[in-house]
Amino acid sequence: MDVAAEPILSIRNLNKTYADGFQALKDINLDIHKGEIIALLGPNGAGKTTLISAICGIVRPSSGQVTVAGFDIVKDFRKTRSLIGLVPQELTTDAFESVWSTLAFSRGLFGKAPDAAHLEEVLRALSLWDKKDKKILTLSGGMKRRLMIAKALSHQPSILFLDEPTAGVDVSLRKDMWNIVNELKDEEVTIILTTHYIEEAEEIADRIGIINNGELILVQEKASLMSKLGKKQLHLDLAAGIDSIPEQLSPYKLELTSEGNRLIYTFDTQSEHTGITALLDDLNLAGIRFRDLNTTQRSLEDIFVNLVNESSEENTGAPV
Amino acid sequence: MNFYGVMAIYKFEMARTGRTLIQSIVAPVITTSLYFIVFGAAIGSRIQQVEGVSYGAFIVPGLIMLNLLMNSISNASFGIYFPKFVGTVYEMLSAPISTFEVVLGYVGAAATKSVLLGLIILATAAVFIDLQIAHPVIMMLFIVLTAASFSLLGFILGIWADNFEKLSVVPMLLVTPLVFLGGSFYSTDMLPPFWQTVTLFNPVLYLVSGLRWSFYEIAEVNVLVSLASIVAFMLVCLGIVYYMFRTGYKLRV
Ligand SMILES: Nc1ncnc2c1ncn2[C@@H]1O[C@H](COP(=O)(O)OP(=O)(O)O)[C@@H](O)[C@H]1O
Ligand SMILES: [Mg+2]
Repeated sequence: MDVAAEPILSIRNLNKTYADGFQALKDINLDIHKGEIIALLGPNGAGKTTLISAICGIVRPSSGQVTVAGFDIVKDFRKTRSLIGLVPQELTTDAFESVWSTLAFSRGLFGKAPDAAHLEEVLRALSLWDKKDKKILTLSGGMKRRLMIAKALSHQPSILFLDEPTAGVDVSLRKDMWNIVNELKDEEVTIILTTHYIEEAEEIADRIGIINNGELILVQEKASLMSKLGKKQLHLDLAAGIDSIPEQLSPYKLELTSEGNRLIYTFDTQSEHTGITALLDDLNLAGIRFRDLNTTQRSLEDIFVNLVNESSEENTGAPV
Repeated sequence: MNFYGVMAIYKFEMARTGRTLIQSIVAPVITTSLYFIVFGAAIGSRIQQVEGVSYGAFIVPGLIMLNLLMNSISNASFGIYFPKFVGTVYEMLSAPISTFEVVLGYVGAAATKSVLLGLIILATAAVFIDLQIAHPVIMMLFIVLTAASFSLLGFILGIWADNFEKLSVVPMLLVTPLVFLGGSFYSTDMLPPFWQTVTLFNPVLYLVSGLRWSFYEIAEVNVLVSLASIVAFMLVCLGIVYYMFRTGYKLRV
C-alpha cells in the first residue's frame, strides 16, 4: 500500500459526549486508506455505532475533525456524504414500499440520477432481483438485511460502513456478505465494518481497530497484530504418559495436559530464540519421547481479552 | 442543490398518499358534502343570506380552509414523524441533502396534496351551490400560501412529537376550535361585541376572510392584512424549522 497517499478517511481527536453527559468517544484518531477493509472490534457499548454515526452525519461530534477524501464532514457534507454508504445496525425499512422503489428512493436521496441498470446489478448481486416488486414487509429478515446493503450501494459509494452486518445472520448470508465485501474491495471500495466477533475481523479485515469504552486502544495490520501479540504454542503428544514434568525442564514453563499425555510449550514467534531446539534436546535427555507435534496460533480472542484488561488496568490502576 | 434528493422525498410522499386514497380524498369529500347538506340545505334555508351571499355559498371558503389546515398539518407531520418512529430517518440524516431541501421535499408534497384537496372540495361545493369566484388568482394564492405554511407547521409538529398522541392532539385541540371560531361558518357581525374582539386574535379569521374576499369581495379584515398575516406566519414557521435543523433538534443527537 502506498503510505504516502492521502487517507480516504481521516479522524482527528474526535470526541462525542451525549446530551446526558455520557462520553461515548474519547479522542479518536484514525486514518483509513482507499480500498482497505478495516474491522472495528469491540464489545457492546464500546462506541462503534457512535463512531460510524458521527462520520456519517447522524450524530454530531462534540469536538474534533473528520475528513473524507480531504473534505470536511461538516463544511463539505454534500461531498463527503455522497461518497459514503451506510448499512446501519438496526433493520429499519419502509414496510409498505416495494424493494425497487425503496432502492430508487435511496439513490435519489444521495443525489444520483436514476440508473435502472445499476440498481438491477445491485439487486442481482444480493439475490434480490426476483423480489424487486415485492413489498418489503413480505421479505424475510435475511432478505431485509440484503436490502439494507442494496440501499447503501444504490448510489455507488466509495466507502461502505457495515455496522454489525452479521448480527443474527445465518451462515449462508454471512458467506454471501463476505463475497460481496471481497468484490467491493476489488473495485477499490473502502470498507469499515464493526463486529464483536473476533473470527469475523480475523477472517475479512486487512486492519483491525480495537475499541473499548469509547477509546481506540490499538489499530494494526491484522497479520502484524497476530504475530506481534500472537504467541504460539507447541503441542507435544507423548508416546507414553508422564505424572509430572521433570525438574530439569522447569525453565521451559511447560504445561502438562490430557492426563499426562500432552506437553504444551508457549513461545514468542518474534523473539530471536524460540527455544524449541533446546527444548527438544532436553526432552530427549530426559527420556521423553513424543508421537506427534504441532503448533497453534493464539487466537485473537485471547489477544483481545488481554488488551482490554491492560487498558482497563491502566485506567483504574492505583496511583504510583 | 440536491435536486434528485428533493424529488425522491417528494415522490415518496406522493406515493404514500396514493396508497391511502380513501383516507386522503374520499373522506374529506364525504365530510364536505355532509356540511352542505346539514349547514347549507337544512340550516341555510333558515339563514337565507349573509352579507348578500347565500349561506351555502358563504361557508365554501371556510370549508376549504378547514380542509387545507387539517390536511396540511396531518400530512406533513405524519410524513416526517413516521421515518423517525420506524428509524428510517437515518438514511435522510446521512444523505447529502440540506435542511432546506428536506423541508422542500416533505412540505412541498404535503402542500401539493392539500392544494389538490382544496380544489376537490371546491368542485364538490360546485355540485351543491352556484359558485362565483371574483378573483381566481388571489384565491389560488391564498390556497397555496395556506397549504404551504400549515404544512410547515405540520412538519414542525412531526419533528417535535415523540408519540402518536402529541401528533394528533394539535390538529384536534388547536385547529378545529380555531377554524370553527374563525368565522368559517358565520360572519363575526353575528357575534356579541366581546366575542367579535376575541375573534380578532384568531389567526384563522384572517385566512378565511382573505379567501372569502377572493370569492365574493366580502371580508372581515382588509385582504392585504390577510395576505400579510399568512406570509408572516410562514416566515415564523421557516425560522423555527431552520433553528430545529441547526441545532439537530430531536433528529441528530
Ligand atoms: N443517544 C444516546 N444518548 C446517550 N447515550 C448513548 C446514546 N447512544 C448511545 N449511547 C451510549 O453510548 C455508548 C456507546 O454506544 P454505541 O456506540 O451504540 O456502542 P456499540 O455500537 O459499540 O455497541 C453506550 O454506552 C450507549 O449506551
Ligand atoms: Mg452498535
